[in-house]
Amino acid sequence: MDRVKTEELTGAEIVIRCLQAEGVDTVFGYPGGAVLWIYDELFKQDKVRHVLVRHEQGAAHAADGYSRSSHKVGVCLVTSGPGLTNAVTGIATAYMDSIPMVILSGQVPTHAIGEDAFQECDAVGITRPCVKHNFLVRDVKDLATTIKKAFHIAATGRPGPVLVDIPKDITTHRCEFHYPESVTMRSYNPVKKGHAGQIKKAVQLLLEAKRPMIYSGGGVVLSNAAPQLDDLVKRSGFPITNTLMGLGGYSGTDPQFLGMLGMHGTYEANMAMQHCDVLLAIGARFDDRVIGNPEHFAQNPRKIIHIDIDPSSISKRVKVDVPIVGNIPDVLDDFLKLLKDGKTQDIGAWWKQIGEWRGKDCLKYDRASKLIKPQFVLEKLYEVTGGDAFITSDVGQHQMWAAQFYKFEQPRRWINSGGLGTMGFGLPAAMGVQMANPGATVACVTGESSIQMCLQELSTCKQYRLPIKIINLNNKYMGMVRQWQQFFHGNRYSESYMDALPDFVKLAEGYGHSGLLIDKPADVEPALRETFKREKDLVFLDFLTDQTENVYPMIPGGKGITEMILSEDL
Amino acid sequence: MRHIISILVENEAGALSRISNMFSARGYNIESLTVAPTEDASMSRMTVVTKGSDEVIEQITKQLNKLVDVVKVVDLSEAEHLERELMLIKVRAGAKEREDVKRMADIFRGRVIDVSDNTYTIELTGDGAKLDAFIQALDQSAILETVRTGASGIGRGNRILRA
Repeated sequence: MDRVKTEELTGAEIVIRCLQAEGVDTVFGYPGGAVLWIYDELFKQDKVRHVLVRHEQGAAHAADGYSRSSHKVGVCLVTSGPGLTNAVTGIATAYMDSIPMVILSGQVPTHAIGEDAFQECDAVGITRPCVKHNFLVRDVKDLATTIKKAFHIAATGRPGPVLVDIPKDITTHRCEFHYPESVTMRSYNPVKKGHAGQIKKAVQLLLEAKRPMIYSGGGVVLSNAAPQLDDLVKRSGFPITNTLMGLGGYSGTDPQFLGMLGMHGTYEANMAMQHCDVLLAIGARFDDRVIGNPEHFAQNPRKIIHIDIDPSSISKRVKVDVPIVGNIPDVLDDFLKLLKDGKTQDIGAWWKQIGEWRGKDCLKYDRASKLIKPQFVLEKLYEVTGGDAFITSDVGQHQMWAAQFYKFEQPRRWINSGGLGTMGFGLPAAMGVQMANPGATVACVTGESSIQMCLQELSTCKQYRLPIKIINLNNKYMGMVRQWQQFFHGNRYSESYMDALPDFVKLAEGYGHSGLLIDKPADVEPALRETFKREKDLVFLDFLTDQTENVYPMIPGGKGITEMILSEDL
Repeated sequence: MRHIISILVENEAGALSRISNMFSARGYNIESLTVAPTEDASMSRMTVVTKGSDEVIEQITKQLNKLVDVVKVVDLSEAEHLERELMLIKVRAGAKEREDVKRMADIFRGRVIDVSDNTYTIELTGDGAKLDAFIQALDQSAILETVRTGASGIGRGNRILRA
């Protein structure tokens, strides 16, 4: 066989060729000294589009939003030193929510590493605790394989961000270019299929259950298991709840859906979690914001089946009876095959009980208020967009209201920072979503405090004509901080009032967008309708909302899942 | 409970920090940690001695397995195993004490590997308890310096840890 002669390329050329070979169409980044040669190669081609953000945190969040909404690996490119440290918040955000991302960072030349060179930082050291894996490339010959490994690790198993740190001299060194089709690593072999015996045991438990409950999380969304989950829920007739990260994994409008669970979950979902006799947990991790105090949760006996791709998520906070490690769609396929032949119990009494809990109407709020209620804005947002928009959010009260009131029917439509809880995530994430889904309706639900954390990205939105709709729920407070201070700190609103707020309408106009201030409930719906008609424009809607509104239900920190504060209690 | 965990890890820069980082980030205890290359130069073998409840040890092994560089993990204390630690200890050994120190080293099957006018340096191998016992047996004020490697472990009989 003739050996095909491969060309010698520079490291910078290799980086771009690798991205092309991976099918990467968009990279979010910001240039700087250490990555100049890579930017030079970007300039010479047109297959990979580069989106210039205004701050590296925005690049990481945008790549993250791109990935969450498209199931592709998000890519960002930053320079050494401050370029990388600025991106760290975005990398940690992606890590906590298991988002597949590849971060390419420049590094000072290999001979200068460790000498405290200009814009040097120990990128692999700084990012080690917040990446799935990272690499420092020390030889141009390793560059292509390392990038291939990075994409492989990011996207397989429990996904996560992977950083590749590339010293400047490596980008000018030359070697033959060959992009491997696949890589094998003896130390990294994520499982796919679940254990057949365990699956059989689990299905038997489900068939015997009198008070079954399904609880699914972000893993269902990330593994594209929504169709199988839908099949399982419909076929079994069991009630289901989603975590904050799992919203859209099951249709939010289906009668079997009990709403989100957890700290700000619905009364019925939390009660059903506590009182069920068999709990099927799928791609969720029983975290503190979900089940509250694990000792309280353990007070009621129930059998727990837990499906997750990551063994370390199982029996971490809650002891599990039937652990199943595997890729969720594969495992659920096996479940469905076995369920076909079995017969479930009559769970009429259980549904009746759930119906009574539902009767609490735990999300009710004062509809007669003369002030704009934030919940009302979100209900109208849902109506006006027909439930079909991509909704990104920042972090705080508005995030919880969006999760409660926007009914997601499809996965990958609800984009928020659940694990790390990163204020500033919403706007740059929305840029990534819009880039991955041109023509789609994208709204960023935010608050006056969160939006100011990555506000500079309004400029990026202008440059790339991203018609994001910003729904700013402006109560002049860090609302969630204020709520905790009201409940647990004797109404001492320490530093949670946002004074000297900018005129957001003028600010949006300053960036070349348009804005609108809404301060009356009657104007909410017309403003939204007008705004979503403008398909080509970014519109900043500044809703002045009731400053005293709180998110209910609420489980206070450290309390049990049924120890909820309800709006009617106050 | 005390556990001795053996880890085969890719011999790559940063592998040690990934592992020690994981322990500190998740609040797990490390009593000792040793690491060195194996007969296969591409891999290192690490032995970690740690303490924790069964749940904690289960999480530790899971979290170790999750690290991309880690090839294999085994909790040696789950079954029969051997455990050895090396200690170098420098003790005062003037004309008066020489005899006694030498005799004590002999009892513990230690070897004197360096001698000066007024010191002995003794090499001693064994499990941790034996090394502790030797230290206890010496005149405390005579101990000038102690270096211990931390435990290394291996399974008994046919129990083999390989990639």
